[in-house]
Amino acid sequence: MRSIRAAAVGAVTMSLALAATACGGGSSSGGGSNDSPKELTYWASNQGASVEVDKKVLQPELDKFEKETGIKVKLEVVPWSDLLNRILTATTSGQGPDVLNIGNTWSASLQATGALLPWDSKNFEKIGGRDRFVDSALGSTGVEGQDPAAVPLYSMAYALYYNKQMFADAGITKPPATWDELVETGKKISKDGKWGLGAEGSNLSNNIHQVFVLAKQHGADFFTADGKPDFTSEGAVAAVKQYVDLMAKDKVVAPGNAEYAQNQSLSDFAKGKTAMVLWQTASATFKTMGMKDDEWGVAPAPVPSGAPGAGKATNSMVAGINMAVFKNSDNLDGATKFVKFMTSDAEQKLLNKAYGSIPPVKAAQSDPAFNTQGTTVLRETLATSAAALPQVPDESQFETAVGTAVKELFADAANGREVTTESVKEKLAKAQQQMPNK
Amino acid sequence: MTTTTASAQPGERTVGKSSPGTARGPRRRPGRIRRIGLPYLLLLPALLLELLVHLVPMVIGIVMSFKELTQFYIRDWTTAPWTGLDNFTMSVDFDAPVGEALLHSFLVTCAFTILSVGLCWLIGTAAAICMQDAFRGRGLLRAIFLVPYALPVYAAVITWAFMFQHDNGLVNHVLHDQLGLTDKPSFWLIGDNSFVALLVVSVWKGWPFAFLIVMAGLQNIPKELYEAAALDGAGVWQQIRRITLPSLRPVNQVLVLVLFLWTFNDFNTPFVLFGKAAPEAADLISIHIYQSSFVTWNFGAGSAMSVLLLLFLLLVTGVYLFVTSRTARAPRNPQERKTADV
Repeated sequence: MRSIRAAAVGAVTMSLALAATACGGGSSSGGGSNDSPKELTYWASNQGASVEVDKKVLQPELDKFEKETGIKVKLEVVPWSDLLNRILTATTSGQGPDVLNIGNTWSASLQATGALLPWDSKNFEKIGGRDRFVDSALGSTGVEGQDPAAVPLYSMAYALYYNKQMFADAGITKPPATWDELVETGKKISKDGKWGLGAEGSNLSNNIHQVFVLAKQHGADFFTADGKPDFTSEGAVAAVKQYVDLMAKDKVVAPGNAEYAQNQSLSDFAKGKTAMVLWQTASATFKTMGMKDDEWGVAPAPVPSGAPGAGKATNSMVAGINMAVFKNSDNLDGATKFVKFMTSDAEQKLLNKAYGSIPPVKAAQSDPAFNTQGTTVLRETLATSAAALPQVPDESQFETAVGTAVKELFADAANGREVTTESVKEKLAKAQQQMPNK
Repeated sequence: MTTTTASAQPGERTVGKSSPGTARGPRRRPGRIRRIGLPYLLLLPALLLELLVHLVPMVIGIVMSFKELTQFYIRDWTTAPWTGLDNFTMSVDFDAPVGEALLHSFLVTCAFTILSVGLCWLIGTAAAICMQDAFRGRGLLRAIFLVPYALPVYAAVITWAFMFQHDNGLVNHVLHDQLGLTDKPSFWLIGDNSFVALLVVSVWKGWPFAFLIVMAGLQNIPKELYEAAALDGAGVWQQIRRITLPSLRPVNQVLVLVLFLWTFNDFNTPFVLFGKAAPEAADLISIHIYQSSFVTWNFGAGSAMSVLLLLFLLLVTGVYLFVTSRTARAPRNPQERKTADV
């Protein structure tokens, strides 16, 4: 009996200790140096169809870099779901890579930690100057008025991908340019187990991208000019409702999409179950899913007026990947050289071609590879009608809070519960209350 | 005379016993200290390491709960400004959204834990009792029962996540397409049903442990008790009620407590099933705290919630141990007498 009690007490102590250690951390210190000039660690984000594909694309380039400079780059491709947490851990412990990829929407949030090397004009000079980069891409490298925390590496934009055969079968001759047309087109197709549009209702980031663009079209933003959360403005509520209504009211999105978060909407598209998806640079993914290039078409994402542009005609967020350097790297010169190499004209052409993205470097964009069906629309969208997500330190919290609200609204819609302006506003108000800086 | 020599013969044991007065001097103490102290001395390195591994982060976590620890300070958390009890008051202000959400999550977790532990115990005990008597294929069945316990959690739960999918999942296929129990395919991973989905996976994963422990406990009950009871005309139910369950009490005491702590703190199951943002109906507290600290980058608030959780679990466990050890001790004697009577 006594030994059992002792065992119980032991088990309890262990479990309680484990419960309390959920939050731990360490401190880090200091700036960088050049103590280890022959080696670099690089965390690449997962751009291709799999981590293996990325390694195949990147390794030859890293070998090339080693040949040129004598610096060996240790590569680790980090899946998206882990990347932000890994960066946060590296930031707290100070034990991170020298060079890393970040999602460009996180720039301001990560900039606030102070762990990333600021790209002042001196640093920019080392990689050929700020002017080499496209303006819209520079717009998502950190808070306005501060030195960027990162350098653009791959640019992406949203576009409307459609299945040519399904359009032809339904007697549709041209892709929709306005939301009304999209709903009309979707209704024509949505029957017999086929659906008009695909969505990723449980993917928080994707939800954010979509409602951000719609909010722009309603003349709203999710933050005030001085960076305070403003989720319940009329425009923001209308934007979220319009997006969820594609499933709830218009019924052009399959209810099952409410639980999608692993790009299932793309595989539905490739299988011919849905006729349209709003996605960023999907061409490479379609190919790996067995779809031929001539089976799909691509058009600018819809805007109310039908003609994309700035302001209320915004039809995409500036999507993309940035490259950052950890301030405490012990090979700062090498890291800068590596950034210079990766953003050089030649590498930009090569890498962006491999990933189906657009080079944020002006000189590389002229390559004919970026003038194909898959890339022309994206390039034009980026140049004329894309807007960067709010560059505020609370951006990553915003993605979670509002992304979750949209996910819950999709769950309501899928379960046949009514989605009203009030219910949308209520969810968004709750999301805003959870923001640290309300 | 003869008796004393005879009793002294078998060994020194009796000698030691019979001459306590002379032996209990200062001569005996060092040996005793060594005998009692040595195990503790041997435990010391492990204890120190344990403290280092568990206590240090725990203390850091508690310190963090008094700080405003956002992305601005995570690079060196010691520089974060003190906020006093702000994180705690925010967490327990149940009229404001953060506190309201925490309370909701806490209640969901309580309901989930009670149901899950109860079902795990019930199924595990029932299965163990059924498996008690030898029959053909018992070994195989026992092995099969342990499969959920042996599988890696991640692989098992992700398989369930696939089965619960709305469009292609096996669960909807069986319930809707084959049995026709629902008018249309249900959602299991979002909305209200997610609680049921979570419970199913948790029980599936947890009951083999209960089965294993109860089975081990059953081995200690003497067969003669059952035979005697059967002779006296006790039926199966009576035997279970009067012999099996009382004899299993000390085993159950630990089992229920461990299951409670594991279930209450379970992170893997909801995280793999639902991702970082669990549906409201299945918003377990571990995920909630994870989201409050790691996803929204408010580590101070997350730490405060962890500390509150720790206090709650300490309280529950303390009360549980107090109550069960008292009730276990009190009826023990009559119980033993009763079984001895049988």
